[in-house]
Order: sequence, then structure tokens, then C-alpha cells
Amino acid sequence: MTAIHVEGLTKEFDGFVAVDAISFDIEEGEIFGLLGPNGAGKTTTISMLATLLEPTAGTALVNGVDIRGDQDGVRKSIGIVFQDPSLDEELTAWENMDFHGRLYRIPRDVREERISTLLRLVELDDRKDSLVKTFSGGMRRRLEIARGLMHEPKVLFLDEPTLGLDPQTRNHLWHYIKSLNADKGVTIILTTHYMDEADRLCDRIAIIDRGTIIAMDTPEHLKGLIGGDVITIASPDAASIPAVLTAEWITRIDLHDGRVTVHLREAESHIAELVGLLGSHAIEISSVSIHKPTLEDVFLYYTGRTMREEEADAAARMRMMHRPGRR
Amino acid sequence: MDIVYTLWLRSIKRYVRSKSRILGSLGMPLFLLLALGFGLNSVVQIPGAQGAGYIEFIIPGIIAMSVLFTSVFSGIQIIWDKQFGFLKETLVAPVSRLEIMLGQTFGGATTAVIQGAIILVLSLFIGLQFPGISGFLIAFVFMLLIGICFAALGIAIASKMEDMHGFQLIMNFVIFPIFGLSGALFPIENLPAWVRMVTYLDPLTYGVEGIRYGLLGTAAISPVTCLAVLGGSTAVMIVIGAALFRKASI
Ligand SMILES: Nc1ncnc2c1ncn2[C@@H]1O[C@H](COP(=O)(O)OP(=O)(O)O)[C@@H](O)[C@H]1O
Ligand SMILES: [Mg+2]
Repeated sequence: MTAIHVEGLTKEFDGFVAVDAISFDIEEGEIFGLLGPNGAGKTTTISMLATLLEPTAGTALVNGVDIRGDQDGVRKSIGIVFQDPSLDEELTAWENMDFHGRLYRIPRDVREERISTLLRLVELDDRKDSLVKTFSGGMRRRLEIARGLMHEPKVLFLDEPTLGLDPQTRNHLWHYIKSLNADKGVTIILTTHYMDEADRLCDRIAIIDRGTIIAMDTPEHLKGLIGGDVITIASPDAASIPAVLTAEWITRIDLHDGRVTVHLREAESHIAELVGLLGSHAIEISSVSIHKPTLEDVFLYYTGRTMREEEADAAARMRMMHRPGRR
Repeated sequence: MDIVYTLWLRSIKRYVRSKSRILGSLGMPLFLLLALGFGLNSVVQIPGAQGAGYIEFIIPGIIAMSVLFTSVFSGIQIIWDKQFGFLKETLVAPVSRLEIMLGQTFGGATTAVIQGAIILVLSLFIGLQFPGISGFLIAFVFMLLIGICFAALGIAIASKMEDMHGFQLIMNFVIFPIFGLSGALFPIENLPAWVRMVTYLDPLTYGVEGIRYGLLGTAAISPVTCLAVLGGSTAVMIVIGAALFRKASI
């Protein structure tokens, strides 16, 4: 069964195309990741699928229901954890859950049972009567996930679920998300700009950049696509390195913010030669590392830029937009 | 209806918890009541109101004022929900925006009536004669209508505002004029004709006069007219608030 079917989905904001005719399918029971830098269009995509934003063009079916035809039908079958906080801080954890349960018209006895089960699941049952404003970031996130699950949605959207959390809490949350998917069979679509998160959690990943999907596959296949090894060289003379490294065993070479990424096979047997070559051209090396391709390399491979560079661009665009007087 | 109740319940919970806000918003009406009431009681003669001093005259006005302010604030609260993200949680649920808007309106109106009722009870200690049960009930009906009408206005305003920056502007050019022109602090009968016309355009005028009729037994406008006009204004305000809230983006 297809949980989500997206076809040519597009969103424009005053002529700026934030999401550009993307298409993909998500199977029931999958954990599907939208991986991309800030400003890539992940939240916009999720907002359209969750019926909070009207698409400019294209269609999508969520659990077989058209997002434009039957908004309430879609809303009943999805749960969502927004990128930004969305709890009422003046209410307790229990009251936030109760409010949600009432909004989804869950009868009282079922509601109360689910609240206690879910609060136990996210280990907040001992704090259920504390006001949310006394909670840490990780506790709030867990509460939001529990709340999103309360009406037993078939599809759960998680928009940057671990943004701004410390590594330990992130690990904890990953564990929850995995077991939710395994135990309850909930289809999960999550967005992230953390490579390791996408890699660890997702069955399949769509890499999204500037509103378009540039690659989509399992993490293994995406990384396997590049093949071989990657050598990353940091150097003050990085710009002059590509001209020097012309050996035929190099399959690809990218220059980006003071670093050079070299794609090749059997890096171990070539590293000495490579360092020697750079030495003979008097190119100073600050560091060299060999590693298997990561999703970051995949992103670089397809876009010629790192995610960090893309984010800097998106941030610059945002500043332009919010310049006083433009409004 | 259960959705309206859910939102109403949340408003009430938040209200009961904000002790400092409750006390804070009692301060200004009480101050006005005492300063103006006692300060001007011996100076100002209210024509037509035999025996009733200025302090009795402005008690209904001050009650109306605290209902007005509390209800507008509670409507505008939606902006905070927008900024703190909670509004998204409500809007992504399979419920209509009308239900959300009505719940918020009634919640705001209820807290506003409670604020007004506190002033009313305190007024009994500074000179207000007990008007009888029916008088009380009449006053409550008008307080409730004021509360609903202006909570809906608050929501209408909040739907059009991105953040709290415009708040001062709204206070100075909408809320204070509504209060000032309502005859809460002065009798409207003796005003120059054109000013009186303006007060007749202010829905709060009918609320103030309605409460005045309930508590003092006399009013410049007949209570039936007051009920009809204020009731009509309230209905219109709900329609406007609902329409604007429906189009509000998050
Ligand atoms: N309401 C809006 N008005 C104008 N531009 C927007 C709006 N929402 C998002 N954008 C722009 O659309 C692009 C995609 O944003 P978003 O979907 O939030 O990205 P992501 O979630 O991947 O970080 C960004 O460049 C952002 O500035
Ligand atoms: Mg985002």
C-alpha cells in the first residue's frame, strides 16, 4: 500500500519557487527522510502534505485522501510534530495531551488510557502534572511526539525532530522513532539536515535542494552510487590542488570552502602518491582523511556544493527578503 | 460543541492560573473608580439621576470597561498562540475554524465577565445599592454581550496582525476611543448633538446603558433598544471575526 503519493507538488511564495514540482511515493510502514540544507523546502513540503499550506500546483494523496479535496480526511489520519515548538506552556503535560485528545474527539475513557500509555512511553509520566514551561527541550520534543501519536495516525510527520537537542537526547529520540515504527507500524516521514540522522533512521531518503529532489534511494544505495573512497584534504592552497591532481585513478574532484574532496578507488594504495604529488608542488597540507562516502559526499556529488554552503545562501536570501522596506 | 468547549476550557485554565494578570487588570478600573468616583462625587451633579452620585453613575461604566479590556485582550491572545506555535496544533486538527474561533470568543467573554463581576461585587462596598436579583441578571446579560462582542473584535484584529508591534496603535485608536465615547464616564443626554451621534455609533454605549439600567434602574437609552443594538453588534462582530480568522495564515 502507498501511504503517500506526491505528484508535481509545487509551492511559490511571491514568485519564489520554494518547492518545485516534486514527486515521490512512500510505502506504508516506511521511515522516509527528506534530507536537505536549511531553506531547501522541507517544511514547506510537509506543510502542504499536512494541509496547512495550499499548494500552487500538483497533487498529493495521503492515505489515499486528496490533500486539496478532503482536508479533514487527511487531518484525521496524520500526526505531526512541527519544526518549531507548538505546546501550550501554561498547561501541564497532561493537559496538553487532553486538549489534543478532545480536539480529535477521542472519548474520555480511551483518551485517558492513551494519555497515560503514551506519557509512559516517552518517560514523562512522572512529570505529567508539571507545567510545560518547566520542561527541557528534549522533554518538550518527547511530549510533542506523544501528542502527535494520540489519535493513532497512520502517518506521522516529524519536521526536524532533533533540531537543537544534545547528542544523548537525540539518540534517545531516534530509539523512540525506530520502535514506534516497528511496534505500531506507523509510517514516518521525517525531515532533517543532519546526515547521520537520515543515515541511521531512514529506510529511504530523498535528498532535496532548492525545492527539487536531486536523489532518492536507500542510504546504502545512495552512498554506493558514488563508490570507492573519499579523501578530504584541507589546505591553505586548496584552490590550486585540482590542477595538480590529474592522475587517472581519480574519478572526481570537488573544491569547496577551503577543502578538496577526491573520489577514487582503493584510497589506501594511492594516498602516499597523492601526498607526494602535493608535496612536489609545494602545496601545504593542514590535514588529510580517508573515509567511505557519507550522505554529505552524496550531496556534494550531486550539487557540487556542501550543505553548509547551501545554508549560507539560503540565509542570505532570507536576509534580503526581510530587509526593511521590502514589505 | 465539544470543540468549542475544549477551547473554552483552555482559556479558563490559563486565566485561573494567571493570578498576577487577574490582579493587574483589576488595578486600573479600581483606581479609576476610586479616583474619579470619590474625587468628583461632590463636584459633579448627574442631572436626572435623583439622589445617585457620580460614583454610582460611573460604576456601570467601569464594569463595562473591565469587561471590554479583558475581552479584547483575550481575543488578541491568538497572536501569542501564533508566535508560540500553539495555533498550528489547533489548526491542523480535523475541526473547523469557526469552532476554534467560537471557543476562543466564549472563553474570552467568560473571563471578561468574571473580571467585571469582581468589580461589581467590590462596588457594593463603595456605595452601590444592591439592585435585586433581576437587576443583577440584566447587568450580567449585558456584560456577557459586551464580552462576546469585543472578544470577537480582538480575534478579528489578531487575525490581521503578524505580531504584537501594532498593539499600542490598536489600544490608542480603537480600544480607548470605544471606551471614551461610550458614556461610561459622562451622561450622554447633555452632549452636543454631533458628539451624541458618535456615541450612538459605539456598541459599548448600549452595553454601558444596559448595565446602568440593571444596577441603577435608570438609563439614557431604553434597555430593549440596548439589547437589540448590542445583540446585533455582537452577531455582526462574530461574523467578521470568524471570516477574518478563517483567512488568517499561520
Ligand atoms: N511564508 C513564506 N513566505 C515566503 N517565503 C517562504 C515562506 N515559507 C518559506 N519560505 C521560503 O521557502 C524556502 C523553503 O523554506 P522551508 O520549507 O522552511 O525550508 P526547510 O524546512 O527545508 O529549511 C526558504 O527559502 C524560505 O525562505
Ligand atoms: Mg524546516
